[in-house]
Amino acid sequence: MSLLEVESLSKRFGGVTAVDGCSLSLQLGSITGLIGPNGSGKTTVFNLITGFIVKDDGDVRFNGRSIAGLGPNRIYGLGIGRTFQLARIFPRLTALENMLVPVRRSGIRALFSRGQWHDEKARAMEMLAAMDIANVAGLLGGSLSYGQRKLLELAAVMMARPQLVLLDEPAGGVNPGLVERIGEHIRDLNQQGVTFLLVEHNMPFVMGLCQQIVVLHRGAVLAQGTPADVRGNPAVLDAYLGS
Amino acid sequence: MRSPARVRAAKWTALVIVVVVAALVPVFETDPATVNIAVFTAMYVGLATAWNIMGGYTGYVSLGHAAFFGFGAYAFGLVLAHLGIQAGYEPFVFVPVAGALTVVLALVIGWIALRTRAATFVIVTIAMMFMIQLLAENLVGLTGGGSGLSFPVPPWSGDFFDTPFYYAMLVMALVSLAISWWIRRSKFGLGLLAIRDDEDKALAVGVPAHAYKLTAFMISAGLVGMIGAIYGYYVTYIYPQYAIDPLVGISLVLMVFLGGLGTLWGPVLGAVILEPAQLWLAYNFGASRLYLVVYAAVFLVVILLLPRGIVPSVGDLVKRLIARRAIGPSGTASTSSDTHTVARVQSP
Repeated sequence: MSLLEVESLSKRFGGVTAVDGCSLSLQLGSITGLIGPNGSGKTTVFNLITGFIVKDDGDVRFNGRSIAGLGPNRIYGLGIGRTFQLARIFPRLTALENMLVPVRRSGIRALFSRGQWHDEKARAMEMLAAMDIANVAGLLGGSLSYGQRKLLELAAVMMARPQLVLLDEPAGGVNPGLVERIGEHIRDLNQQGVTFLLVEHNMPFVMGLCQQIVVLHRGAVLAQGTPADVRGNPAVLDAYLGS
Repeated sequence: MRSPARVRAAKWTALVIVVVVAALVPVFETDPATVNIAVFTAMYVGLATAWNIMGGYTGYVSLGHAAFFGFGAYAFGLVLAHLGIQAGYEPFVFVPVAGALTVVLALVIGWIALRTRAATFVIVTIAMMFMIQLLAENLVGLTGGGSGLSFPVPPWSGDFFDTPFYYAMLVMALVSLAISWWIRRSKFGLGLLAIRDDEDKALAVGVPAHAYKLTAFMISAGLVGMIGAIYGYYVTYIYPQYAIDPLVGISLVLMVFLGGLGTLWGPVLGAVILEPAQLWLAYNFGASRLYLVVYAAVFLVVILLLPRGIVPSVGDLVKRLIARRAIGPSGTASTSSDTHTVARVQSP
């Protein structure tokens, strides 16, 4: 069963067509890699799926329901989480508070419920422990190292138990040891039933982690298939090396 | 040792002492000139605390809150006139009506203004304030225009006149503080702080930023409107340029910056320091507006020496001293306890 369906999605910025009839579908429980040269529209696709920018054409369906046109917070509420390039966290909140922001009370109840419930806190601490960063729970986000921020961002996104998580360069800018650990965390969460779509430039990382690879070039899907299929595709090599 | 329960008990005790002392001011100090200073100080404690909910927690700096202050005063005056309320204690019952009307105005203005961020928002709030001022000047049939709007004059003697207003302002200050405290520890407040830090990221983790900002704006404006209502009744006659005074909006922002933006007690401290100082300068140097020069100087000092305000800076210093004592004079302060003090600075 496909969890997310992107159908001939298009987005133009002035005269530039950033995404041009892009279609892809994600199977429930899969890990899919979205790769392509710089400027091929990967982050724009992320922003379109998560509601940060509004599409010009096409449709996005999640669990069979069209989500195109909804705001980012609504889309998160439906079960699609995301992380950002360069790990964005709340610098003046503690790591623990960073974990609690995604857990929401809806509507007016937010006004009348405490920011830190005991059971939420316990779950947040559990998640932090699973990421091996429980020791920094009381520190301000801004004082954490880049690697800790990456792990914290991933842990925080998981707090509202999303079905699908979009990761923008999860292995970008971190040391090889941490790349490995992040890969393991993604695999663990995937085992627990979370579907992933990730943008990444680290090819060994993507090829080792993903069951399906989608190659984007000039805003359209150039190739898709298993890592082995894609690696052997001459069109993909052309796009990367330029012809 | 400093157990959390004992710290909490100490905080409550300190709070009770402050409230009792504040409540006893008119009992021991009967000189109307002094009580007058107390009225305005309590007024600015409330205003700065209410402004901080939007400017401090949410990070949206409004320089136009004077509009809500003046609107509250005008709305209150018109409600009293319309209902034919007699002077005395009865008008105080209708203060929340002025607050509710101000909330409606904030809903309309916030709906539009909160589509902008950062510097644009600041400018939109200034423009909005002058629009409200122009309306107060030009809707002569409703507001009396430049000749002002009068309130019923309470039949109290000169010695006693300020006292009821002092208590009314004190109640508003405490209500603002209680609401500010409540928001700070609620889910809603956590969402506001997240918006302040990174609004797009907050959206990405499900915080309905627009609704939250608008709610904070309405709460902040409603409190300011109620305080403006009491102010109008206190001065008994309001004019567009005094009721909607850009200097009011700027003073309260300066107080918050001096005390500590986004902290619970910073606005209180800033108001308690600056407002009596301003009035003292005004009384001693006449209408020379010397206090404006002093305000500019204070602003420079805050930016240069205390960019985070008094409460975070002093709190940090105290915790650092405690940490150093715990470690001993010879040992270098451990990084973990140092960063921990930084970590807790934000909580009030």
